[in-house]
Amino acid sequence: METFLQTLASGILIGGLYAIIGIGMTLIMGVLNIINLAHGQILMISMYITWVLWHYFGIDPYMSIFITIPTVFLIAEGISKYFLHPLIDKDSILPENQVLMTVGIGMVIMELARTIFTSDFKSISPTTTLRGEKIDIPGYLQNSIHIANISISIPLLIAFSISIFLTLGLFLFLTKTDKGRSVRATAQDKGAAALMGISTAKITILTYGIGSALDAAAGSLLLPIYYLYPDVGPIFTVKAFVITILGGLGSTVGAIFGGLILGLAETFGATYISMGYKDAVGLIIFLLVLVFFPGGLKRFTKV
Amino acid sequence: MSILEIDGLTKHFGGLTAVDHVSFEVQEGEILGLIGPNGSGKTTLFNLINSFYTVSSGKIIFNKQDITHLKTNEIAKAGIGRTFQVVKPLKRLSVEDNVMAGAFARENSFSGAREVAHEVLKFCHLDDYSQMKADSLPIGGRKRLEIAKALATRPSLLLLDETAAGLNPTEVVEAIQIMKNIRDELGITIIIVEHIMKVIMTISDRILAIAHGSTIAEGKPEIVAQDPAVIQAYLGSEFNIGDHFNA
Amino acid sequence: MTNNTQNGFFKLTKFEFTAIAIIMISPLLFSWSMYFQGLLIIVMLWIILGLSWNLMAGYTGQVSFGHAAFFGIGAYAAALPYFHWRISPWWGLITGPIVAVAFGYFLGKLVFKLKGPYFALGTLASGEILRIIFGEEELITNGHNGIFYMTTWTSKLPYFYIAAALAIFSILIIRKIIQSKLGFYFLSIREDQDAAEALGIDTVKYKNLSLAISAAMAGVAGAFYMIYMGFIDPEVVFALHNISIITILVGIIGGVGTIWGPAVGAIVMIFIQELFRSSLFGLGPEWLSRLHSLVFGALVVLIILYMAGGIVGDWPIIANKIKSWKNKTEGQS
Repeated sequence: METFLQTLASGILIGGLYAIIGIGMTLIMGVLNIINLAHGQILMISMYITWVLWHYFGIDPYMSIFITIPTVFLIAEGISKYFLHPLIDKDSILPENQVLMTVGIGMVIMELARTIFTSDFKSISPTTTLRGEKIDIPGYLQNSIHIANISISIPLLIAFSISIFLTLGLFLFLTKTDKGRSVRATAQDKGAAALMGISTAKITILTYGIGSALDAAAGSLLLPIYYLYPDVGPIFTVKAFVITILGGLGSTVGAIFGGLILGLAETFGATYISMGYKDAVGLIIFLLVLVFFPGGLKRFTKV
Repeated sequence: MSILEIDGLTKHFGGLTAVDHVSFEVQEGEILGLIGPNGSGKTTLFNLINSFYTVSSGKIIFNKQDITHLKTNEIAKAGIGRTFQVVKPLKRLSVEDNVMAGAFARENSFSGAREVAHEVLKFCHLDDYSQMKADSLPIGGRKRLEIAKALATRPSLLLLDETAAGLNPTEVVEAIQIMKNIRDELGITIIIVEHIMKVIMTISDRILAIAHGSTIAEGKPEIVAQDPAVIQAYLGSEFNIGDHFNA
Repeated sequence: MTNNTQNGFFKLTKFEFTAIAIIMISPLLFSWSMYFQGLLIIVMLWIILGLSWNLMAGYTGQVSFGHAAFFGIGAYAAALPYFHWRISPWWGLITGPIVAVAFGYFLGKLVFKLKGPYFALGTLASGEILRIIFGEEELITNGHNGIFYMTTWTSKLPYFYIAAALAIFSILIIRKIIQSKLGFYFLSIREDQDAAEALGIDTVKYKNLSLAISAAMAGVAGAFYMIYMGFIDPEVVFALHNISIITILVGIIGGVGTIWGPAVGAIVMIFIQELFRSSLFGLGPEWLSRLHSLVFGALVVLIILYMAGGIVGDWPIIANKIKSWKNKTEGQS
């Protein structure tokens, strides 16, 4: 029973973090109508920035969100504007041209990381040296709180809370602001949105930025609980699309449930089946959903 | 002898009944005109006959064979060719290759298919364009390419969906001539949907008028054109039938 | 399209004859280096994989993001009978494609129901699932320890000629297909599935056929990889990036939907890799050697942006540009 509750708690917490990765992906899918195979690599950029900020400047990983989100947002805007958007009018044999471009971009990001940081595994070290002074990592990053016999890691708890906070912020943006409404309109029907006077080109580029910014937040939150190396990107790209398929392409509420389901499936898979099958569990659920419920959870949530 | 029998054909889309118990027969060698205001169910009828949509109820008999539940490709192989209102060329292939792709329905060899393609291209006045890429054809050529692709499958019944729409007057005359030749020289039965009344009045042997998914009149062109129900259907949709017939 | 003429299976154009002749003598030119001969073998493998992907994606319009699945299955079809019963991996050249086709048959049932991005994701997931399963099922596959086999010959030459024969045979098969009813049907499906159905083309059947041929070729490549390398593990043969994605990139660089595209793509990819790995053959600074994948990725991005047809597909445009550039410089002098 204890194991069960412990697994349940970790699953939900990591699921909350997965949810914002999924929401970022689903926004991009909804508006650009492509799968973004550079999603995990963009998350990795944020992880490396967070790592550098801690390692060389002693900045608390959670504070670095204020730097990673705008930086990654700008990088993504550039990618979208100069690399994805020009392809819309290009005639090519494969309709998946933009998807293939994200593959190329993902590879470039990955290899840049390898060139700059080598292939070594990195993680948040307990201490770092800044101008000859030793700085210890904030204590809360290494502790857990205990409720009954269940221990909950504080970094995971913080990540979960910030994820919820960001998700709420995104919902406010999408429902209460003009820009946000334009994003939703463009996702629903590009042609109609354009007729209503929305510059769909601008919204499309903006959306790639917003989706990637959520990704960036997830990157900073992940670093304290995960390893970092140049090949980490594809792992999260795969997770992101599993979540989006579970939730139904383009559905933000669906992505939250998709994230939670993946989080739970992974932790339960790791506890009750085997550690190695952790990643397969998500994929198998994914393939089953793809085949038997092609609309994902969207048919139940209708959002 | 009737080549096609439609019996009580019905199609529901959710709560909407797009085609409602339509029944008619087409005689071998006949040209049947299908008219009706926009949204009356003409194209839906074509999509039911060639199985793009599944039939809700009713029967389609072609050459004494029940084809109601066959797949689209099986219907094409059975001998029903069709064109699309919004043309569907195989864009990156040459005009000749487009037609060859159709010809392979009855030919297995490359040279055989090419021979068929050459004949069909000539027949549709496309022989000068044969090496052009299909998506660089002008609109008149694209419409004729639709016919050519369908003809290459060697159908015994051809469904033509607004093949004259968007053409200039000279091209319309050319299109009428081609359609007539298809019936007279190749002996292929035709059902034609057309908004340009000049086309439908000159070449149809018989006209079937439908509105809101049901048959409202059937008979010789002159008679159907005078039918009060037909005039009502067009006027009801703010259509001046007089203008329409002179167009 | 170059469909207007039909060639006999072994009737080669001048270009094709020259290309094949160059392939045949190439290892002799590199007889001083086992390393370069090894690279030529790898080029042949990538040609087969590229052709396999291109048949499905470039000619039939079904873009697979999981071709490693077929490659890996081919490799394990050669390796597992050896691992369990000491049956020679060479049999894999026959069993590899058969098992890959069987797997493709079931995969097709699942993924061809899916449209657009769902199809891409379905194929991607299939490769990933196999990678994890083959890694975990140690009793059957020896898991991450992989499978070893003492290779038959130490010389590279026999391997090269077998690989080259397989690659050339694959090119001729693809060429034959493209100039036949099958090829026209594949292209029709790529261009417009509704129009294809209306022309009497059973799109489900022909998509599966394209998948089967593609799977068989990738399966052969996988089996040969096992025979030649003498070692496989799931992370290598089912790799998402190093196999599935690179296969796509080879296709794009060479030219999607062209017969010689994959060959050109494979050569360009290995050439860039070696050029940089060796720091411009020892002429450049050492740090260049770490950039090979980066340069390759950047090249892909540029090709998609500026040469959507790939090197072979856009060759007429490239040739024109070179010509006008030559004329210009000659005019100036």
